Amino acid sequence: MNHHPTVQPSTDRAIAQSHFRTLRLGTPFQPRIDALALKNDWYNWAGYRAPHSLWDEELEYFSIRSQAALFDISPMTKYRIEGPDAEAYLDRVTLRDVTRLKPGRVHYTAWCDDEGFVLDDGTLFRLSPTRFRLCSQERHLPWLLDSAFRFEVSVEEETEAVAGLALQGPTSFAILRDAGFVGVERLKVFDLAEFAHDGATLTISRTGFTGDLGYELFVPAGKALSLWDRLMAAGELRGIRAIGYTALNRARLEAGLIVANADFTTAVHAVRANRLRMPDEIGLGLMVDPEKGHFNGRRAILEARASKKLRHVLVGLEIEGNIPAEHAIVYYRKSQEVGLVSSAMWSPMAKRNIAIASLQRPYGDTIVDDLWVEIYAMRELQYQKLMKRAKVVPRPFIKLDRRTANPPADF
Amino acid sequence: MTSSEANWDAIVIGGGHNGLVAAATLAKSGRKVLLLEAGNEVGGAARTEEFAPGFRVSAVAHLLNHLHPDVVKTLELERHGLKVERGDFVPSVALSKDGPLVLHGAYGEVLTGASPSEQSAWKELRAQLLRYAGVLKPFLVRRPPDLAGMSLAEMTGLGRTALALKKLGKEDMRDFLRVLLINVYDLLDEQLSDDRLKGLLAFDATLGSHLGPRSPSSLLGLYYRLAGEIGGLAGAQILPKGGMGAVVAAIRSAAEKAGVSIRKASPVAKVIVEKGRAVGVVTQGGETLRAKSVVSAINPATTILDLVGPREVDTGFVRKVRNIRMKGDAAKLHLALDQPPQFTGVDAAGHKGRLVIAPSPDHVERAFNPSKYGEFSPEPVMEITLPSLTDPMLAPSGACVLSAVVQYAPYALRQGWSAGKPQFLNAIMAQLETYAPGIGATVGHAELLTPADIEARYRMPGGHWHHGELQADQMLMSRPVSGWSGYDTPLEGLFLAGAGSHPGGGVSGAPGLNAARRVIAMRA
Repeated sequence: MNHHPTVQPSTDRAIAQSHFRTLRLGTPFQPRIDALALKNDWYNWAGYRAPHSLWDEELEYFSIRSQAALFDISPMTKYRIEGPDAEAYLDRVTLRDVTRLKPGRVHYTAWCDDEGFVLDDGTLFRLSPTRFRLCSQERHLPWLLDSAFRFEVSVEEETEAVAGLALQGPTSFAILRDAGFVGVERLKVFDLAEFAHDGATLTISRTGFTGDLGYELFVPAGKALSLWDRLMAAGELRGIRAIGYTALNRARLEAGLIVANADFTTAVHAVRANRLRMPDEIGLGLMVDPEKGHFNGRRAILEARASKKLRHVLVGLEIEGNIPAEHAIVYYRKSQEVGLVSSAMWSPMAKRNIAIASLQRPYGDTIVDDLWVEIYAMRELQYQKLMKRAKVVPRPFIKLDRRTANPPADF
Repeated sequence: MTSSEANWDAIVIGGGHNGLVAAATLAKSGRKVLLLEAGNEVGGAARTEEFAPGFRVSAVAHLLNHLHPDVVKTLELERHGLKVERGDFVPSVALSKDGPLVLHGAYGEVLTGASPSEQSAWKELRAQLLRYAGVLKPFLVRRPPDLAGMSLAEMTGLGRTALALKKLGKEDMRDFLRVLLINVYDLLDEQLSDDRLKGLLAFDATLGSHLGPRSPSSLLGLYYRLAGEIGGLAGAQILPKGGMGAVVAAIRSAAEKAGVSIRKASPVAKVIVEKGRAVGVVTQGGETLRAKSVVSAINPATTILDLVGPREVDTGFVRKVRNIRMKGDAAKLHLALDQPPQFTGVDAAGHKGRLVIAPSPDHVERAFNPSKYGEFSPEPVMEITLPSLTDPMLAPSGACVLSAVVQYAPYALRQGWSAGKPQFLNAIMAQLETYAPGIGATVGHAELLTPADIEARYRMPGGHWHHGELQADQMLMSRPVSGWSGYDTPLEGLFLAGAGSHPGGGVSGAPGLNAARRVIAMRA
């Protein structure tokens, strides 16, 4: 007989080990989102319970484009990076030149391992000369801490401590103004500023993942619900709606933005060697700044460029017809397999059938003609195989003047 | 003083024996070479130094058993004063309360003091060990196999090793592979029965590493030793006349003859990096010196973390370099004795040899145990030489120098070495007294160098004479770190040439020679 001794864990220990009792965490906004989640359609975002859709995918999407959409980005991984060497540190870790990122500005960037393979992409917020926030899809604390060796900098994960909201859409500015955030009209695209909210400091940046006029708001987790309520109240007459990821995902595809582990596999996740991607292979080559100081992956990236070892290229495709080509195989001359579509949709804004695809060079790079995608459209338990012509087109697929207009328009 | 011109083809950092070998080899290839030594003398841990008035001793390394024949040949060291003759080979004496056992010639060509059956068992084991070490021997003067991009020459070289392995014959090859990563304790148990002999071999296998005889892969250390040779004989050992400094003097003379400029007392503060390329150095005196390549023959971690700085290389690389294990576990004892000691039962020839206190493998293992927990061995094991018996110039007339490598002395002693050192010295002296009664009373001066002392005095981080544990995971293509084992580094124009690189430490000159050959092959 196997006797398991009964050991009563201490209370502290029981609390520390309670993680398995809630397999999907709630975000600081969860009470409000739960109340609106008529569909109970959840997915797992970095361990959090996040909605695919709350009540209607189509209407949620159109609230981004026609009204204002409120999307909970709290599960996004957030790091607080602070210290006299913070700028030099981030310049070494990430691809873009951080010395050119002024305080009060945000830029989109990516970072690589020694082999030049992309670990993740994300946004870097410069909150002050010596304080930054790095937001990303994946978790990177060990890498960031090891990178900090001999830099006077502290790196702290603040994913749980900081709640985040994206407020996106034409009426987003008006809502923030009406909510009383004085000065928000001065924010140009990629600007950020601090505001007072409920006795705490709120950071608002004119950024987003939709290609639309929009803002992202970061607030201490304890002030999350009061912020939600403040925005909902101010936006009531301007059509503010909470949305889920499906709607956001469409907007981001129209904006031509890529998602880690959807459009490319991050280096720590890739099990198969040929899934690793250098920045040039996922359309981020322009971020690489060989003229700045040393950064992780520099040697490998420059070597791959010099020896023409870049094997893949990420492109935007416009596909004939209106059937989304999600995960379709891309062919050259209808016969030779040259790549795969990672994201695709019929774009209501562009009125085009659009996609993002990874192709094997030279296809998509120097050879862009005679490309086809094979779409398997399931029609009543039978595939209709469609061979559709695909054209390489620039991203973004849509360009909205209101995204960058100054001052932002009052819809 | 600043100059943007590359005045030198190569700057070698560090005038240890590997730095000298690298500099000399590069200069012989027609390069203009500057060698910068931090100390007032070249030679690093292979110097001969005065430790008490009139008493001189080989500083850290005291026995020559490893100097690679390619180094001797390439630098024509015999023309520069290095002489090794068969008559110089010294025996190894396994001390024991049951009377000593002696390995004569090259690592026990003849064994005395043991039973006839043990003698024949030893003959067989010795032949086997040398055969197996011989398989690994070609690796010593080659870049470790680069699994990603192997050149034809490298492939051929590896092929030759495979052939050597095959030539062993089927049974031997199987056995070679079986015991490759075995612990020395179990192997000895299989083949020998005399504890004194087993103790000696267990000691030799673990000398200079943080391993006990029962630690997995501890046999590799013995292979490393036996892959070395001196005077053309594998396993042989000599006590160089004039101490190890005389060997260094020969290498230095070869370097100077080849045109190397040597600057002493010129510690390097920084390697200058421009756009991912090492282009020179700044000395601690503030002088900027530029060169086409920089060859660092000092510790790999010091080179990368302190001279280059982690900002100029990638995080993953820094991570690997920081994880190189290099906490020394051996101390060095120097005694100035009023008169030569008398080790019980040992004859005159034995006293001129290597005297080892490691009476059994269990004794070595027990000595190792406390070091795992940051404590020194209460009954340490050691390798003793009395160099002034061979070279009277090392001590005043009638007096005697004792030089011993003593284990185990963990670098990070829990109680700290300032408190621990006198206690450890007492423990060592108690052991010596057992085997050489009366020796304590003749000690005029004692100098004990703990790993912490060795670190400070010889700029060896962790006080580790291999500049990185020499264990399976830090050997060959994983030395100094995986991915960068071929003497080059992620920085173009920067090469590593010290003991921290393949094949490892000891006075072999192999890392320095291999690195120089790599620089030459790269046309850097």
